[in-house]
Amino acid sequence: MTFWSFFADHRAEILAETLNHLALVAIAMVIAILIGVPLGMALVRRRALRAAALGIANVFQTIPSLALFGFLIPIPLIGGIGRRTAIVALVVYALLPILRNTYVGLAGVDPAVLEAAEAMGMTDRQILWRVRLPLSLSVILAGIRTATVITVGVATIAAAIGAGGLGSFIFRGVALVSNAVILAGAIPAALLALSADLALGWAERRLKVI
Amino acid sequence: MPLDATAIEFRAVSYGVNSRPIVSDVSLRIASGETLVLLGRSGSGKTTLLRLINRMLVPTRGEVVVDGVVTTAWDAIRLRRHIGYVIQEGGLFPHFTVAENVRLVPSLEGWERSRVQERVDSLLRLMSLDPAEYAARRPRELSGGQRQRVGVARALAADPPILLMDEPFGALDPVTRAELQGEFGALARRLGKTIVFVTHDVREALLLASRVALLVEGRIVALAAPDEFLKIAHPEVQAFAAALEPRAGGSP
Repeated sequence: MTFWSFFADHRAEILAETLNHLALVAIAMVIAILIGVPLGMALVRRRALRAAALGIANVFQTIPSLALFGFLIPIPLIGGIGRRTAIVALVVYALLPILRNTYVGLAGVDPAVLEAAEAMGMTDRQILWRVRLPLSLSVILAGIRTATVITVGVATIAAAIGAGGLGSFIFRGVALVSNAVILAGAIPAALLALSADLALGWAERRLKVI
Repeated sequence: MPLDATAIEFRAVSYGVNSRPIVSDVSLRIASGETLVLLGRSGSGKTTLLRLINRMLVPTRGEVVVDGVVTTAWDAIRLRRHIGYVIQEGGLFPHFTVAENVRLVPSLEGWERSRVQERVDSLLRLMSLDPAEYAARRPRELSGGQRQRVGVARALAADPPILLMDEPFGALDPVTRAELQGEFGALARRLGKTIVFVTHDVREALLLASRVALLVEGRIVALAAPDEFLKIAHPEVQAFAAALEPRAGGSP
């Protein structure tokens, strides 16, 4: 069985799993951004929290992804078999790059600009929203881009705990020792990662302020 | 303008970080409408004195009084919007256009749009920048001298009675610097603002000041009008005077 004949025979299924994969990534990214960006913003002003939060996010990043999916299964509420568990694991992986880049971006704004903002009588909130955030947007977006590419890859493993996605073909292909089936999952996944990388890279350059 | 009224007063002010003194026992009265230049070497505490005025810093001892009210009794935000601030290179917001930079404080103060627009145009003209050509530019599309002009326009935007300037012309090439110093001197006399100007350039100090205060290790060691200043016998005054002597190599 060649890749092309498998691809042609399973077009609908491949498309469905691609959409499923995309949904897993999108949901996980939205949650990771909603947690990571505000948390990164909080870290700029809270020195004590900084080391702890970045440290914990770092540790999570070092857990092998297959193991993390496994660890989560027995945990009540967030665990079990299926999408919910997969999304939790993906969020954990996406968090570090977003958190780190948000903090680094906000902390890296030119001190002279911040001094001017303070001296002109901007409140802390105005400085954050009107100066710090716009000036670090491209760095934050770079973190989101890294996280998205990682998540597209890690999401293939979600199939191992029954969450579906393009990983289903990869696991099936491994079991059948069929390169054609593996490629039916791997190629769309690679294309997804590439397009996300290109699109977010473009947005990042657009938002860059020199 | 009433030159006898006091705009800013330092009353026995000391400021230190971790018990390391940066400013020690400074008492100084700055009259309304005068241009007081704080002169000194790097690390002499000039910028710290400036930042004590708009409450970016709070004295560890003594008090600073602005318009009759101790800075700690002022609302910090109100106080700062009452005082214009110019720093080296302008400290312009790189993501704002020239017009957006200049109108920041009036916008924060909730001025009407048409009044803000008028104010921005007139300030850019005052600083010899044609609004039609420059209003929509970003700071990176300007020369150093133009950025500095925008920085001054921004500081003047809400018409504050007091202007603090921290080595505003320090990063400019000598020719542009001399141009801006000349223009600014004339402008300062015309506007009648109280100006506190920090520099390490004695030539600039003598050119712009109504009085020069010389700082050494956080203390004011000399305070005099420009024509009296160089006659003071203090060794640091003489060291600065020596820097004025024309020498091969040009400006300091």
